Amino acid sequence: MSDSTVTVQGAHTAHEHPPYQRHHFASMEQQVDTTSFAMWLFLLTEIMFFGGLFCSYLIFRNWYYPAFVEASHQLNIFWGTLNTGVLITSSFTMAMGVWCAEMRKKSALVLCLVLTFVLGLVFLGIKYIEYSEKWEKHHVPGFHYSLQSFTNPASDAEVHKEYPDDKPLGVDMARHTELYFSLYFAMTGMHALHMIIGISLLGYLIFRAQQGAYTTGHVTFVHNFGLYWHFVDIIWIFLFPLLYLISRHS
Amino acid sequence: MSTDTIVRLPDQATARIPKVNFLSKENGLLSWLLTSDHKRIATLYLISITFFFAIGGTLAGLIRLELLTPQSDLMAADTYNKVFSMHGIIMVFLFLVPSVPATLGNFLIPIMIGAKDLALPKVNLLSWYLYMIAGVMVLYSMITGGVDTGWTFTVPLSTHYVNTNVITTGLAIFVAGFSSVFTGLNFIVTIHKMRAPGMTWFRLPLFVWSNYAASILMVLGTPVLAITLVLVVLERGFGIGVFDPSKGGDPILFQHLFWFYSHPAVYIMILPGMGVISEVVSTFARKRVFGYTAVAFSSVAIAVFAFFVWEHHMFIMGVSNYSTLVFSLLTMLVAVPSAIKIFNWSFTLYKGSITFETPMLYSFGFMGLFTIGGLTGVFLASTGTDIHLTETYFIVAHFHFVMVGGMLMAFLSGIHFWWPKWTGRMYPEKISQLAALITFIGFNFTFFPQFLLGTLGMPRRYAAYPAEFQVLNVFSTAGASILGIGYLLPILYLTWSLKYGEIAGDNPWQATGLEWQIQSPPLTENFTEIPVVDHDAYDYEWLEKKEKEVSSVG
Ligand code: HEM
Ligand SMILES: [Cu+2]
Repeated sequence: MSDSTVTVQGAHTAHEHPPYQRHHFASMEQQVDTTSFAMWLFLLTEIMFFGGLFCSYLIFRNWYYPAFVEASHQLNIFWGTLNTGVLITSSFTMAMGVWCAEMRKKSALVLCLVLTFVLGLVFLGIKYIEYSEKWEKHHVPGFHYSLQSFTNPASDAEVHKEYPDDKPLGVDMARHTELYFSLYFAMTGMHALHMIIGISLLGYLIFRAQQGAYTTGHVTFVHNFGLYWHFVDIIWIFLFPLLYLISRHS
Repeated sequence: MSTDTIVRLPDQATARIPKVNFLSKENGLLSWLLTSDHKRIATLYLISITFFFAIGGTLAGLIRLELLTPQSDLMAADTYNKVFSMHGIIMVFLFLVPSVPATLGNFLIPIMIGAKDLALPKVNLLSWYLYMIAGVMVLYSMITGGVDTGWTFTVPLSTHYVNTNVITTGLAIFVAGFSSVFTGLNFIVTIHKMRAPGMTWFRLPLFVWSNYAASILMVLGTPVLAITLVLVVLERGFGIGVFDPSKGGDPILFQHLFWFYSHPAVYIMILPGMGVISEVVSTFARKRVFGYTAVAFSSVAIAVFAFFVWEHHMFIMGVSNYSTLVFSLLTMLVAVPSAIKIFNWSFTLYKGSITFETPMLYSFGFMGLFTIGGLTGVFLASTGTDIHLTETYFIVAHFHFVMVGGMLMAFLSGIHFWWPKWTGRMYPEKISQLAALITFIGFNFTFFPQFLLGTLGMPRRYAAYPAEFQVLNVFSTAGASILGIGYLLPILYLTWSLKYGEIAGDNPWQATGLEWQIQSPPLTENFTEIPVVDHDAYDYEWLEKKEKEVSSVG
């Protein structure tokens, strides 16, 4: 079965590979190239995934503008901003982690990963606080949603103080605030789900990093995980202004 | 019909199946369930896809039996709804979408480009597990009450009115979606990064090109379907209202999101099939595919256009006339690259030295039936006629011509064509040709009457119908039983051939692809050494030269 098209390529045998090179790649370079290309492509699918949600959000925001503005007043800017800070910091610690892995600094890598892990948990903790606030104020769609805060803003003294211009919405318009919260929960929920997956993977990474797996010069996995983590942060960087900030004062 | 087969080389007639090959390498269930060899995973897919096809086919049989008589006597209307919904869901998501890519694509793409495996072997195995999980979930939801929304999960029907397993099925399709995203992603990465030296883009077999295009669709379209189904599930579970007009949501938004995936999905289903046809036509006409570049680019063009036509599923939904006009024109544009393919295959056949082995028969079936399916699509792309024909049996006939007449023919063509490579043994030629013929006849008997029923106005998705439609329905049901035999035969004789088939040798068709230059069945890592490619795809002169060399040495 050997024929004119088949010639020996190079002279490497299986045992010249570094141990982390998978058998079906011709070189380490090809392996690194391939896996990071795959990761970028995966992130593209993620963009399409969130894209559906962003489109829906923008459409409904256009249709029910007053309802969306007033509903956004119900979000807690303080927690939102804090969480944005937390995430950006975690992106930084993650980037440091990748650098440490490249520099083969094992304990620094573990430290960075642990920090990222903790910051991720803090983010989820704060999300939990925000979600429970919504629950208490009856702003979770479906279950026991209440229009009170929108048909009668004065009843919501705290928010009313901050946004004294909020006018009572007619019931018809006020009902659309529920849609705002639906999208709020769907989008931040999907994002949180990505965080949970990320944090679980981080757990595994920390475990492996401690065994010295990523300080051998082979950092593809840390690298690709870093891309994922940054991507999830970037999604939040879009969510935060869209849900919390834009047109807040009109 | 002429039945001359290609003359075998003498050494192939006495060949044995190589002792070491990917099938024999390891034994035991675990060696299969934990394999990362793309050929074994392809085999796993082949078995599971056949299984789901059998279930979907049985349901089709039940549908046709019910429609034998005008009354709904075999099953009640709501059972009927569940049966055709399950039939559609299983056929689309568990058979058509993965069929050629996950089986033949998985098996062939690495070999065709001279790689030892797909770029991400473990992800490949993960895809199969996701597929199986989805399959089990669908079966579970079928046993525990079924779904009756049709495969389109149309809201608000699916979210508010039906009382069936929408959540389980929706999540199942979500999971199946990820299986298909990962397969597509794996193919794209592999084709970009794993080509052997000398295997340039324009030396790629057209099968690789068409799977590449389909993969783009899988990667960009499927996530949108996934998020849409998540929203449907959330709507049902928590009443979030995104698609619910009573809360200000919009069912039309669902349609946009759903068809943004599901129109391209039609091409996810058909493009890989077209790739099969290119290979088969070239091999049995012994000519390079006419207009290779045009055929390659037409795949990509289809992939791109496919994203801009989704609205033609919504002509009757009160979208604006202006956008309807635009989408109507865009839809007709997609016909151009498809037509390019048909023309180029015909030119390839023209003056070729054609032989009529089974794969070629199925390919002819594909070309004929797909053309009819495509042309009737033009009626549906024109808004005027669409308004008359939509939701009638015309639609049912149209998509069965494209999907079953097209895709399934291509699938069978490909399975027969590469069977010798896959298993090392030939299928029995005579009975296979007979099966191809039976399928073709049965198919036309089944679905042609449905065009007539559609134009006469018989609506789809009803268990009962006015008595005047019965004659045509009887024809259709009779045809379906012929078709059923046509599908059963290959399952039987292919299984038989695993043990008793004639030994195939490396290159029974004297074809030029890299896959034919290695042993059958291949080694686990395909190539002992990575090949260096020095000729274009379908270069029969190169092959002849090589054969002379071999025989002068021997
Ligand atoms: C033996 C061959 C088959 C027969 C007799 C058959 C028959 C039918 C019938 C009568 C319907 C219901 C039409 C309606 O009331 O709207 C249907 C729907 C459908 N069939 Fe088939 N079918 C066959 C094979 C297939 C195959 C092989 C596929 C795909 C590979 C397929 C895909 C579909 C789809 C997607 C639907 C739409 C279901 C829905 O409306 O939700 N069919 N088929
Ligand atoms: Cu379409």
